[in-house]
Amino acid sequence: MVRKLPRKDVVIVGLGWTGAILAHELTDAGLDVVAIERGPWRDTATDFNVAYAPDELRYAIRKDLFLQPAQEAMTMRNNISQTALPMRDYGSFLPGTGVGGAGTHWNGHTWRFFPSDFVLKTHLTERYGASRIADLTVQDWGVTYDELENAFDRFEYLAGISGKAGNLNGRIEAGGNPFEGPRSREYPLPPMQMTYAPTLFAEAARSIGLHPFPTPSANLSKAYVNPLGIAMGQCTFCGFCERFGCANYSKSSAHTTILPVLMRKSNFEARTECEVLKVDLASDGKTAKGVTYVDVTGELCEQPADIVLLNAYGLHNVRLMLLSKIGTPYDPATGTGTVGCNYAYQTNASTQVFFEGKNFNPFIAAGALGQTVDDYNGDAFDHAALDFVGGAGINCIPTNGRPIAYRPTPPGTPRWGSAWKKAAKENYGNTLTFSSQGSSYAARGNYLDLDPTYKDRFGRPLLRVTFDFPDNDIRMSNWVSDRMQQIATTLGGKQAVVGRARKGWNSVPYQSTHNTGGAIMGTDPNTSAVNRHLQSWDVPNVFVVGASAFPQNAGKNPTGPVGALAFWAADAIRNHYLKNPGKLVQA
Amino acid sequence: MTSSTPFRPSRRGFLSSTGMTLLVASIAGAKAAEHSGTLPWKPFAALPPQPLPGGRWYVFTADEARMVEAIVDRLIPADDLSIGGKEAGCATFIDRQLAGSYGSSERLYTQGPFLPGLPTQGYQGAEAPVARYRAGLAALAQHVRSQFAGKAFADLAPADQDKVLADFDAGKVAYPAAAGFFNLLLQNSMEGFFADPIYGGNKDMAGWKLLGFPGARYDYRDYVTAHNQPFPLPPLSIAGRPEWKVGSK
Amino acid sequence: MKKAALLAGVIAAALVSASGFASDLFDRINAGRYKAVLADCAACHTKPGGRPFAGGAPLDTPFGKLIPSNITPDRETGIGNWSYADFRGALKEGVGKGGKRLYPAMPYPAYSTMTEADIADLWAYLQKIEPVSNRVVSNQLPFPFSIRTVMIGWNLLNFSPSEFKPDPAKSAEWNRGAYLLNGPAHCGTCHTPKSLLGADKTDQFLRAGNLQSWVAPDITNDAHKGIGGWAAEDIVAYLKTGANRFDIASGPMAEVVANSTQYWTDADLNAVATYLKDIKGAGTAPPRPLDAGDPLMLAGKAVFTDRCSACHVSSGEGAPFLFPKLAKAPVVNGDDPTSLIRVVLEGSQAGSTKARPTTPAMPSFAWNLGDAEVASVLSYVRNSWGNAAPAVTPAQVKDMRAKLAR
Repeated sequence: MVRKLPRKDVVIVGLGWTGAILAHELTDAGLDVVAIERGPWRDTATDFNVAYAPDELRYAIRKDLFLQPAQEAMTMRNNISQTALPMRDYGSFLPGTGVGGAGTHWNGHTWRFFPSDFVLKTHLTERYGASRIADLTVQDWGVTYDELENAFDRFEYLAGISGKAGNLNGRIEAGGNPFEGPRSREYPLPPMQMTYAPTLFAEAARSIGLHPFPTPSANLSKAYVNPLGIAMGQCTFCGFCERFGCANYSKSSAHTTILPVLMRKSNFEARTECEVLKVDLASDGKTAKGVTYVDVTGELCEQPADIVLLNAYGLHNVRLMLLSKIGTPYDPATGTGTVGCNYAYQTNASTQVFFEGKNFNPFIAAGALGQTVDDYNGDAFDHAALDFVGGAGINCIPTNGRPIAYRPTPPGTPRWGSAWKKAAKENYGNTLTFSSQGSSYAARGNYLDLDPTYKDRFGRPLLRVTFDFPDNDIRMSNWVSDRMQQIATTLGGKQAVVGRARKGWNSVPYQSTHNTGGAIMGTDPNTSAVNRHLQSWDVPNVFVVGASAFPQNAGKNPTGPVGALAFWAADAIRNHYLKNPGKLVQA
Repeated sequence: MTSSTPFRPSRRGFLSSTGMTLLVASIAGAKAAEHSGTLPWKPFAALPPQPLPGGRWYVFTADEARMVEAIVDRLIPADDLSIGGKEAGCATFIDRQLAGSYGSSERLYTQGPFLPGLPTQGYQGAEAPVARYRAGLAALAQHVRSQFAGKAFADLAPADQDKVLADFDAGKVAYPAAAGFFNLLLQNSMEGFFADPIYGGNKDMAGWKLLGFPGARYDYRDYVTAHNQPFPLPPLSIAGRPEWKVGSK
Repeated sequence: MKKAALLAGVIAAALVSASGFASDLFDRINAGRYKAVLADCAACHTKPGGRPFAGGAPLDTPFGKLIPSNITPDRETGIGNWSYADFRGALKEGVGKGGKRLYPAMPYPAYSTMTEADIADLWAYLQKIEPVSNRVVSNQLPFPFSIRTVMIGWNLLNFSPSEFKPDPAKSAEWNRGAYLLNGPAHCGTCHTPKSLLGADKTDQFLRAGNLQSWVAPDITNDAHKGIGGWAAEDIVAYLKTGANRFDIASGPMAEVVANSTQYWTDADLNAVATYLKDIKGAGTAPPRPLDAGDPLMLAGKAVFTDRCSACHVSSGEGAPFLFPKLAKAPVVNGDDPTSLIRVVLEGSQAGSTKARPTTPAMPSFAWNLGDAEVASVLSYVRNSWGNAAPAVTPAQVKDMRAKLAR
């Protein structure tokens, strides 16, 4: 039996960052909104109790806050010649679940992508010629940095980001990122107090002519009251940030920036532990009628709505589109179809510098507390004489000293026994780590579709991820590793170990939960799943908001642009769609 | 969905790795699924880890326990830097982990078909950790018996114990899953030595003291700019620290 | 409030064409709505999540349980068949319809000082709210308190009805504040300590009361135990938004702000602040704080560092509108640590208003801190950063734990 529920103006699938932003904006516009979230309600005091929040085993190792594979897994392979098998435990990336989504247990790096990133295909073609990107499927976003500036600004002020502007209305500011696009005003809060390792890193980088600056952070440098009137506290450098909920309201998330106001509204309701199975389409296949979900008791429910917003994690947005038959699935053989194409990731490598006689105190840390060098990121440098496009930010952001996972030892150290123990003790407070976070450019063979074999607990096919690092990205990352070597040498220390990216994406060790693409935005319905307003080309009362919209990924964390896109889509709905429901862009 | 596939979500199962027995806090579990009007909150609501009472083995047999205690004491030997894995409670930790959702892979994807995978695809076996321990420990016991004239691992000289473990680590024994089992054992032993003592290992925070990790602290504001200075406070467990007692020194 | 406004609008529309006094009546109902807010009738007579004024949640008094009655105009279960005289009698004399004696949990000793006009406005409003059928058996008291005529004697001893008389030596604003605080707002009902019979100890006016396992702190101008450190603007901010630069309302006071004071006019808030700033406290010298080297203080500091400083800061400063400042806080320096023990054990969620919507919550530590540890950390808080107050004992914590478990 299916329980039919009273109609709502808007149904939102997923109550994380984007779901909360859109719910807030659309309830402000007077709409009746319900958000359906498959994970549990969580609140700071109960779920992130200061006494048990800092529990490495529970949260970082056993991954208590994350989506559990028993609830939904994915299959993976590196290329179509392999048979995809389920990731029985999530490893390389860790999707979130529950109210607040992955925005609950993120680190808090909050970037704007470079202006050139939004017009990447046009920009690279003009600067280096079309042949330079022939083996990539990079695209323009359909929206420019200038158009998004206000949305970035709103997200940063909502979240109380701590940082230093590098480009204020075109004027380069000392101490900030000189490569960033122009911003209309300063960050809402000054940079965080710096720990020792990033301070040394910045000195070394500066001494060789680079431009280090404090990483923009959603760990707050000071107490803050955001434009919604919600108060946040100062980050206390506990070192339990990524993979953990914040116990003292000092890391921005839907919980700490929106939900207190959203929950006060009579035209908003959240339903948790309810899993949406599909978007229901009318018989013409061009109109969504609402969604079908399984509620907390196991009952099947139909929630009719005029507008359906997919605000789940990007990968789940794509899966829901495929399961609901919204748009045409991508076919890598022909390069046609749009849902599932341009899946991209992040191309990373890390460096360790071992010292003697230091007290780095790695446990005094925050998720986004550190220094970044953007001289080799995106197209901030000339690639004319190079054999790749793209780049990487080099970040010294020691996030924690949690000892189950963080026990650096030099190569050649045994993994156990007294010699291991001695090395673990010696190097724990003597190691400085930094890393490159590189762009991930779309390629024809990297895509998302439904797995033909493996099913979830409801019998629906799992999402299948087919991905490997494109050769371009490997060349890029290795070139940046050579630059990391220069910084490491400048830092001194007794030994430096510089990591190098390799082909063969491995789903086991953690790398990054920056999965992008699959429902990308663009200007052409033949090459994008949603238009520049995040509206489905095929089912115009469906909007798909998240990193799923990125046509490719930059060498930066995605949450800033994701937040900006949420405001951007909200504006489109409020200012255009509500006045004249239908396609906002005629193809 | 049809009535033939009833679905009753186990919030506990998805939510918490710390409900290591049937005894779990129930307050927050009763949260309603529909929320409007206000942020939900209840007095006394808390979901702390639930430590298991000591004095018994939950999963290991006596022989298995003796063997695991001997193993963890070679992986993390007692020396002038710290107590060893046995005294630190690493075997107890592993036993208790196996008794909970971790031991049965309750939270992982355990549907078939089970096919041999590539290294990039991760563990693809059907066996959960409890079964892997049972089989791995049996294989290790058998290996020792055959190599050392019927002896048990715990009765070997330390050098011989190290040799056996090194052979498992390198996969140089007849048991095909040896290296995978050794990695599991090593990972769980390190977890036991460095996880919060509330889980049965890391006795007196010995693992944290070894490294200089101050534990479950949440406020370093008074120390963040004390660059390159030793951190002065002792480590802290979820359950507290000795200095909480009035008159402690 | 939205609903009430809507209702008033409907009534107004219905009356517009009726007769000449329509607009008078409309004004009176509207005024009455505001008086109901001032008097915070909803605090007791509306159950959390229940229909407005249709009966409240049980009140625990030292004498037993009382359930606030249904004051909607329902004829069967509310006050629909009361006359104005019945209503006036209830407020002025503590005697309801048919001579039924009320218990002073209904703060008629305070309401009796209200002006005739205010009572008439209130009546006009209450007659026009939505009638709700909900039978309430108010009296759940044990014998002999269950005998309502007991109150005759109580009233003789403790109650002399008289309308508020302005003090000509004071400003109009002061007098308005005095009227509001002592009359409709009935602040003393919680904040003034009670005698064994449950009457106000008038010589200790507003110097902290204890009810329902909460302390309503000293709100006199006493610099140590009271709010002498707050400027009038701080008082106004607290009442209007639920938070100021020192503190954030939680527990029963959060409900007072949510249901009542946030809707007051600025003039009325300023009046009450002016009056409060003129209320003298006990003025007794603060006790000598415990020595920082006292073993109890050292243990308490360890717990505070590990469990409290991440929000309240090692200096006790807190964070504005989020984490109450503990240094020099009235509730911390008060003699009675009831509220402090309570929030450490069960946690606490602050109130939420449109202006200060954060609704932060303190986690529960009952599972983590033993009686001795709660006692030492609170003793440390009560004797650090300029605070000075008697130490908290493990026995007090144990008692509170048992009380809250009931």
